[in-house]
Formats: sequence, C-alpha cells, structure tokens
Amino acid sequence: MKVHEFQAKRVLARFGVPVPRGEVAGSAPEARDAAGRLGVPGVVKAQVHAGGRGKAGGVRKAATPEAAGRAAADLLGSVLVTAQTGPAGRPVRRVLVEEAVGTARELYLALAVDPAREAVVAIASAEGGVDVEASFAGTPERVFKEYAPAGNRLDEAQARKLAAALGLTGGSATQAAGIIMAMAEAMEKTDASLVEINPLAVTGEGGLVALDVRMAFDDNALGRRPEILALRDLDEASPLEAEAARSNLSYVKLDGDIGCMVNGAGLAMATMDLILRAGGRPANFLDVGGGVTEDGVARAFRILAFDPGVRSALVNIFGGIVRCDTVASGVVRAVRETASSLPVVMRLEGTNAEEGRTVLRASGLGFHPAEGMRDAAALAVSLAGAAPARRGGRP
Amino acid sequence: MSVLIDATSRVVVLGMTGSEGTFHTRRMIEYGTKVVAGMTPGKGGTTHLGLPVFGAVTEAVAAEGADVAALFVPPYAAAGAVMEAAEAGLRLIVCVTEGIPTLDMLKVKGFLRDRPSLLIGPNTPGVISPGKSKVGIMPGPIHRPGPVGIVSRSGTLTYEAVQQLTRLGLGQSTAVGIGGDPVVGLKFAELLALFKDDPETEAVVLIGEIGGRAEEEAAAYLAAGYPKPVVGYVAGLAAPPGRRMGHAGAVVEGAGTTAREKIAALEAAGVRMAASPADIGATVAAALGGRS
Repeated sequence: MKVHEFQAKRVLARFGVPVPRGEVAGSAPEARDAAGRLGVPGVVKAQVHAGGRGKAGGVRKAATPEAAGRAAADLLGSVLVTAQTGPAGRPVRRVLVEEAVGTARELYLALAVDPAREAVVAIASAEGGVDVEASFAGTPERVFKEYAPAGNRLDEAQARKLAAALGLTGGSATQAAGIIMAMAEAMEKTDASLVEINPLAVTGEGGLVALDVRMAFDDNALGRRPEILALRDLDEASPLEAEAARSNLSYVKLDGDIGCMVNGAGLAMATMDLILRAGGRPANFLDVGGGVTEDGVARAFRILAFDPGVRSALVNIFGGIVRCDTVASGVVRAVRETASSLPVVMRLEGTNAEEGRTVLRASGLGFHPAEGMRDAAALAVSLAGAAPARRGGRP
Repeated sequence: MSVLIDATSRVVVLGMTGSEGTFHTRRMIEYGTKVVAGMTPGKGGTTHLGLPVFGAVTEAVAAEGADVAALFVPPYAAAGAVMEAAEAGLRLIVCVTEGIPTLDMLKVKGFLRDRPSLLIGPNTPGVISPGKSKVGIMPGPIHRPGPVGIVSRSGTLTYEAVQQLTRLGLGQSTAVGIGGDPVVGLKFAELLALFKDDPETEAVVLIGEIGGRAEEEAAAYLAAGYPKPVVGYVAGLAAPPGRRMGHAGAVVEGAGTTAREKIAALEAAGVRMAASPADIGATVAAALGGRS
C-alpha cells in the first residue's frame, strides 16, 4: 500500500527522523494561513501517490504566504501528470505546505526488501535529488548497499559504514547513522516494504533533514498495523479499483474491452495472455481468490461489467476450493440484478463444474459456454468484436 | 518414486482444528494421505477427525512419528509455526497459509538457514504425489500417477496444466507449488535438482509468472545441463509493466523480470516453451516423443 508524502513523513518523524515543519492544506486559504504560521520562504507540494512530482511542476516555492495560497490554488483540483502516473495523471486534492530548508548537499537513503537476497537492503548515494535514478544507472559504483544479517535488523556498524561512504564526518555522520537505524526500526514496526528519503538534505550547518519521504507498506501486514491501514487513500485508486478494494477483490483496470473474472492470479494472467493471442485485449485483471462466496462473485462481476469499455466478459474458473456452482450462481445473480446485456463466456472446470453448467442453463440467460481456455478466449474476442459500444455506470 | 512425499510420509497438520484445516485435512485423508496428528496450541490432548491433537509439534513427532508438516495456521501466527516445525526436526514443511508478511518470511528464512528442514510455500497449493500422498489443497481427482514432474508458482494454473496432462494420458510423478509470495522456501532450481535424481520423473513442467527472479535462477541452473526435457510457460505477457497483478510476487520489478525476458532466458537454457497456456500438455507430449 502506498501513502502520501505527508503521511510517510509523519510516520518517520515518530521514529526520530528530522523532517521540515509542515501542514496539509485542502484549499488556497488554508495553504496561505499555513505558510503564515510556518514562516516564509516555504514550499507547496502536491500530494498524489506518484513520484516525479518536482519535474511535473507539482512542487512550488513560495516567498510569501499569498504566493503559497496562489500555488495551492493552482495545484488543487488540477491533474498532475508525472513520469509515474501515466497519461491520465492524478487529481490533486491536497497540498503539503512546508518551511523551505537551505540545502548544501542532497543525499539518498532507502531501505527495501530484496527478495532475491532474502534480506532487507539499505541503499545510500551521495547523489540524491530528482535525478537519482539516472545516477544509479550511470555510476552504480557510487551507490552503496548493506544487507541486513539473515533474519535480523541492520546493525549499527552497517549504518555507520554507509554514513562514512556518503562522505559524512563528525556530527553529520552520527546523525546519518541514527537516521538509518530509525528507518530500520520504522520498517520493522510498520511492516514497510520501502522506506525512502530522497533527498536527505545536508544543511549549511551540517544538519540533516528528510526533504522528501516515500513509504510503501506490505499489504499482508495491514491487518496487524491498524495505524497504517488508516492511512489508506482510496481516492488514489480508480473508482472501480476502489470498489474492488472494499470488496477484498484483486482487480486491476486495463484498457482493453474484454472483462475477465478468474480464480487465481496465475490463471488470470494466463487467461489475459490467451485473449491477447486471440487478437483481443483484456479490460482488467480480476482474481476472485480461493474462498470466494456467491455474493463475492456477484460483486466482482458487477465491477467488471460496469467498466464502460467492456464489450464481452470471460469467466474462467478452475474449481479447487472454489466450487463452480457457487461462481455460476453469483454470475447469474449479478446479470439478473443489473439487467446486463453483456455477452458472457463461461468456462467452468474442476470442482462441481457440471453443477455449475446446470445453473447456467437453468437461468435461461443465454450464457456462452466454452470447453477449453483457448476456445473461451477466442469466443470472448469474437463476441467483443460483434458487440455494440456500451455505456458504463457505477457498481 | 516421487519427490518430497510418498505413501510413507506421516503428516501432522498445524492448525487442523480450524475450518480450513478441518476441511482440507478431511480431503487429504480421503485422498489416502497418512495424516497422523493435528497440532493446535491449547488443544493438546483432544481428538479431531479421529486423530490425536497435540499442543506442540515435538509431541506429534514423539508420539506419532510425524515427518511432514502441513500448515493451515492464520497468517500472523504462521512464521512462528514454521519455525516450531523446523525446531522439531520435521523433514518437510508445507505452508499453505496465504498472506504472511514478508518481514516474517525473512525471519523464517534466516532461521531455516542452518537447519535441514525443507520449506514449501507459503501461499502454495502444496505438494502431491498422485496415488501416494497429497499435502495441500489441490483437487485430487484431476491427478494421475505418471512420469511428469511439475514445479509452479501458481495454483489454479497448475491444475489447468495437470488436467491437460491427465487428459492426454500423461500422469504426474509429483506436482509442487513453490508459492506465489516474493519470499518462499524451496525454489525452482532446488526442485529441478530433486526431479533430476528421481527415476520416475521423465519430463518436468515449469510454470512461472512475471515478477521476481525465480525463472531467471531456474534458467541459470538448467543452462548448466539437465538430463530430462523441461517444458515451460510464463504467465503475464499481457500484463502491463509496473502494475500489481494480485500476487505479491507478481510485480514487475525492473529489468529481467518481464514475461518476455523470462521466456527468453528459459528458452536459451533449453526449455521448450508452450506457445500458450492451453498448449502445456501437448508440448510435454511432444517432448516425450508423442507417447501417451
């Protein structure tokens, strides 16, 4: 799960990482007043779940409180398109107003999980800032890494080693090592998958301040981290993705016209691959998971069918724990309740497949049955080609 | 022969008294698996499904000679349960539990480093040696005993492959799900090594997906030479880069991890890639010289 910059800064500040003083504002007057309280010069930063904001014009300097108000007026309600948002961009609903920090050098620090090494890795570079990725690629020998010992937290000696590698000495080095240890503690106690400070500013006086912070959290751990789950911002997902998240379904919106509903992530991706091979394009990834109920299936189907781009649907279920008749009943219910005219290809295999087919036939709803995966995909593609354009709605 | 489990494997089910544990233990027993005990903290001394329930894994080992653990433990208790099973000296630990935090798994991997226990999963359908034993949640009836070994990161896609094989008259020696999470126990290379030495296995199917580097590691292992035909499929050609596709493991994390790159790496290592997920069975049949 991603969070906003202001949220990530609050989390890290709790563990002792120094961050600029700042306030969140949802309107221009709020931003102006915040800048007045914090003192100028200040910075006004768009809060969206995407990096690359600086280059996209999402970070403004403000010499006066009024200028902060104008910058906020400009950003709020606008759509920010960065290198990471895709062409559709992200609407800006909030800005972070901060005191400006005088910067002598910009460093980079991050902690992440390296699945290949099966360890937490700390990454440090003396060349932080907006072009950090270019510097990673261009001069990898100047990117320093320390792997935490198997099954343990990074140790202090490793943190001091990284601080020295960044060219820090004296009090700055001690402070940097402390920040790295604080990041490690934050990671462990919040189940973060990424803790990134970029840039970590070295001020004229040699002090260190985290000017920008990015954190991501392990979705699997949210159940035991209610304080992190509370930071979830469903406005950052597309409306259909937000609805899916509320229903605990794994849904990713894509831009094709064949809606997919499958059990299991691997089979779902394989189904999308077959659609592509048959000359079509999937409208979504949707994994209904292992323990899905009839109700869950009905909700899932409504979500995929309400995507206005969808012209046919493909339901591909290999029943193991999931029973095919449960899925069939859920789809029948959703089609009835929404009076959907969407052509639906149903491929049911495995547990209770025959019972599922009986449910479909008995419904009289004109489903398109298919035997194998390949035939199912081809049928869905041809039905999408023949179907009229639709208008979507809300689930 | 088969790998990891056979008819003599004695299974203790951790979390057997829960609803998932109860349901799947019943199915395992029906399949013929020698389930010898359950383990649920606080329920030692009771019986469930006609089996003794112990409060600690060591007791199940001492009293019933368990050598394999199947885990249906809630996600936040699972890491501790895996470590308890390893501490008790179980040879094989199959962790079906889904949703274990990654940092917990890093602890588990650190713990297992100097211990002999083998871990399968988490987030796996488990292991089945058809006709002998099933430790997991896969539907038993689609499987047949035979010469094809399967290693896979996916659950239902594996069932699909198994059914294709069975319908072509090609049974399976052992099918193993390595698990869909970013950090898992045994990976492709270790399992390929087991299948290499299994006289009953004549060909191996490897099913991968986008994200991580498991397929690249498998390719590096196979490139050094492998005596049996390997058929591969990697899901996710149609997945856009940078988007999560459900599994925590199915995340495109930069160079070398797209489906296209994984397919190229496996092909270069001599793996016969199935043209589509609907062609896995036929590609194995062709690799085995059309026999069925």
